[in-house]
Amino acid sequence: MTARLTHRLMLSSAAPIAAVVIAVVLSSIVLLISGSNPLAAYADMVGHASKLETQVDILNRATPLYLSGVAAAIGFRMNLFNIGVEGQYLLAFIVSAHLGAQVELPAVLHIAFILVVAMAVGGAFSGAAGVLKVTRGVNEVISTIMLNAVVISGLSAWWIVEWQAGGEISATGGRVGTEPIADSGILPNINSWLELFTREIGLGKKLTGMLVIAVAVGIVYHVMLNRTVFGFDLRASGANPTASHVGGVSPKRMVVIAMALSGAVAGLVGMTELMNTGYYPSNPISLLGFTGIAVALLGRNNPAGVAVAALIFAFLDVSSGILQISGAASREIVEIMKGVIILTAVIAYEVVRRIREREEAAAAAAAMATSPAAAL
Amino acid sequence: MTLAIELTGITKRFPGVVANDDINLAVAEGEIHAICGENGAGKSTLMKILYGMQPPDSGTIKIHGEAVELHSPAQAIDLGIGMVHQHFMLADQLTVLENVILGAEPMRSFGRIDFDAGREHLDEVGRAYGLDINADDLVETLEIGERQRVEIIKVLYRGAKILILDEPTAVLVPQEVDELFRNIRELKASGATILFIDHKLDEVLEIADTITVLRQGQTVGTVKPEDVTAHDLAEMMIGSELPVPDAGASTVTSEVALAVDGLRVIGEGDRAVVDDVSLSVHRGEIVGIAGVEGNGQAELVNAIIGLDDPDEGTITLLGREITRFSVRSRREMGLGYVPQDRHRDGLLLGFTLWENSALGHQTEGPYSRGPWLSRAGMRDRASRIKADFDVRTPNIEVSAHALSGGNQQKLILGREMVAGPAVLIANHPTRGIDVGAQAAVWDDIREARAQGLATLLVSADLEELIGLSDTIVVMLRGRLVASLDPNEITPRDLGAYMTGAALEAEAP
Repeated sequence: MTARLTHRLMLSSAAPIAAVVIAVVLSSIVLLISGSNPLAAYADMVGHASKLETQVDILNRATPLYLSGVAAAIGFRMNLFNIGVEGQYLLAFIVSAHLGAQVELPAVLHIAFILVVAMAVGGAFSGAAGVLKVTRGVNEVISTIMLNAVVISGLSAWWIVEWQAGGEISATGGRVGTEPIADSGILPNINSWLELFTREIGLGKKLTGMLVIAVAVGIVYHVMLNRTVFGFDLRASGANPTASHVGGVSPKRMVVIAMALSGAVAGLVGMTELMNTGYYPSNPISLLGFTGIAVALLGRNNPAGVAVAALIFAFLDVSSGILQISGAASREIVEIMKGVIILTAVIAYEVVRRIREREEAAAAAAAMATSPAAAL
Repeated sequence: MTLAIELTGITKRFPGVVANDDINLAVAEGEIHAICGENGAGKSTLMKILYGMQPPDSGTIKIHGEAVELHSPAQAIDLGIGMVHQHFMLADQLTVLENVILGAEPMRSFGRIDFDAGREHLDEVGRAYGLDINADDLVETLEIGERQRVEIIKVLYRGAKILILDEPTAVLVPQEVDELFRNIRELKASGATILFIDHKLDEVLEIADTITVLRQGQTVGTVKPEDVTAHDLAEMMIGSELPVPDAGASTVTSEVALAVDGLRVIGEGDRAVVDDVSLSVHRGEIVGIAGVEGNGQAELVNAIIGLDDPDEGTITLLGREITRFSVRSRREMGLGYVPQDRHRDGLLLGFTLWENSALGHQTEGPYSRGPWLSRAGMRDRASRIKADFDVRTPNIEVSAHALSGGNQQKLILGREMVAGPAVLIANHPTRGIDVGAQAAVWDDIREARAQGLATLLVSADLEELIGLSDTIVVMLRGRLVASLDPNEITPRDLGAYMTGAALEAEAP
């Protein structure tokens, strides 16, 4: 039994490890071709990442990537390609920033209000794509891409003008963005938690409190998916909608709910920035939604896997900065590494899946052969 | 007389079954030759062999007197063999012309398509074979019958002289069937040879010059339509030596468990696919539904399960009307279901056996408590199903696709049975599984019947229907046309009812 368990564990960890190793090898080749020393570049990346302040940066970057990855993963579990996480988080960001600045509430309630608004906006916006799919047969890829455009070049461009702090946008004077949220609405940083285990964090770096929310989302996602009837319905319906329908799970209902849940988590993606700056700027951090799709893919839609994937991506993103400074290699090398990791991961997972399938079929056939009644 | 096709000693084995067993077939040039047989008789396999989609294990194929080895459909097309599939393979958004030339485009310089040449050739083909179609119509605007004509033209355009039509009438309404037959006769008059696969006997007798009957992978015989009746054909198809197993003492009670009243389901083209069906199943009773596939059984079952809403009529389960209930509430009330297509409707192939053992019952104990799943409960049940229903598997952690078809079926049946249903809908419960598993499934259903289970059994296997059922009703073109006593009916007579032959004989 232990031998079988070890075998299973080896099989399931083989794929991501192979993906990273192959990515390192291929990136080294690219670095060599472009005339850089791969070892120097990796030394710079690792050396940089071993600093506490860099680690805070990595966690701050990984937090929204993780939320975005979980949002995409919820859709993937239902065979839905929610490509609209991008638009959903930006819309949730601007609306919650604006509404959060309009209310006066005690600290905890104020924060909760902002987060709930963000989730509700993201959920409703994404749920709309789900409703369109089940009532009008509109493919969610098409509708969410178009809804992205509605948000990015439509609503947010309009509202940033409408809700601009102090009325007119001025080219010279200060901040460009929505009215800042009062301190009661800002989730505090958790530097002190990390400092318990390490030293004092320098360089004015702040570890986002959203990290706690992200971990909580991951745990809720895991429990919901694996331990509840609803999660079973979701997984079953994603794996085989007709069999699940026969088994009492309405595929239409699951599509709408999964899209809404995906959007609700997407709504939290922009909160890391909001809780840091306190307002929606004219140029918010973008593309987190699209990167989340890659993160979910690498993490196999699995809560822990997505966390590892988010950390890898965050590490690479943060490393690109040091490569530029040290000059050991072009910063674009991290984009190549991301791409190679994704591609090799997809292939490696498929190979492992086939090996496992074959082993199971062989085992089942063996059980047939040894059974005395098999002669029938 | 030259032979267009001559097949000798064709044998094709699949793991566990012999699909074609020493089949001989001779088709004369310029004739309409029908191939008849029940589902699973080997018609499709034979046609796939002839069209180069599967190589035979042994036997020879001669086309126009020359022995050939077919390895691909492209090769068959080169030899002038064309196939019109039952399910159309057309691009809806393209015009008729574009669909026809797709893959065989006449080219001009620089890779441009020569549409004029294509149109000219298409018109020629249409004129030569008397097929009337507008080349510029979008396929999505065409009726089913017209789409089929496009498929036929597509094949002729590629120069086919031998046409294989795979159950061409299955999707057509009667008027369209008449139109198709007119077209087929014109094709014949223009020198084409037609191989026509069907199991509707009246149609076969009307259109064919020669009929070859297959049963259980073997050629039963080749006859001329003027020498036989529908009765004779039915007997040839079904065979008259089928054993009739003892159904055991009746356990039928007077308590109605499932009642269907005046049910109508309107399908495509405003056609009633289930037409005013009323039936009731008592506790301890097995009601068998006989019928050639495609006569409304699937739609009736879907309405009872709750997958589709009926357009008229009511369904009552254990005294409560459930016509508009969700699938889940019906199942929670005690409706069990063994689907026809295990892979599509019954299993999550990539999931473990214990997860599969909960599908359809995940809201009930011991699989769950309130909103929480109980993994222990699921594993417990799965182990019990494995033991009680003899599911051969190394353990319950393997995924469902690792099991053989028979074991998958035993898992599904076990899952439905341990839930203690009041009513079981068994839709072709033994299709495609080996003899041992089949007997086990029958025993399980009989045993549950003795415990008071009401079962609605839909099957194409006449032995199964006669052996298990307390009552057999026959479904034809959406209607229940006969109610028969399985103790008094022979497979031959039942077959005649299924194809409508018996009803015509009874009519004054």
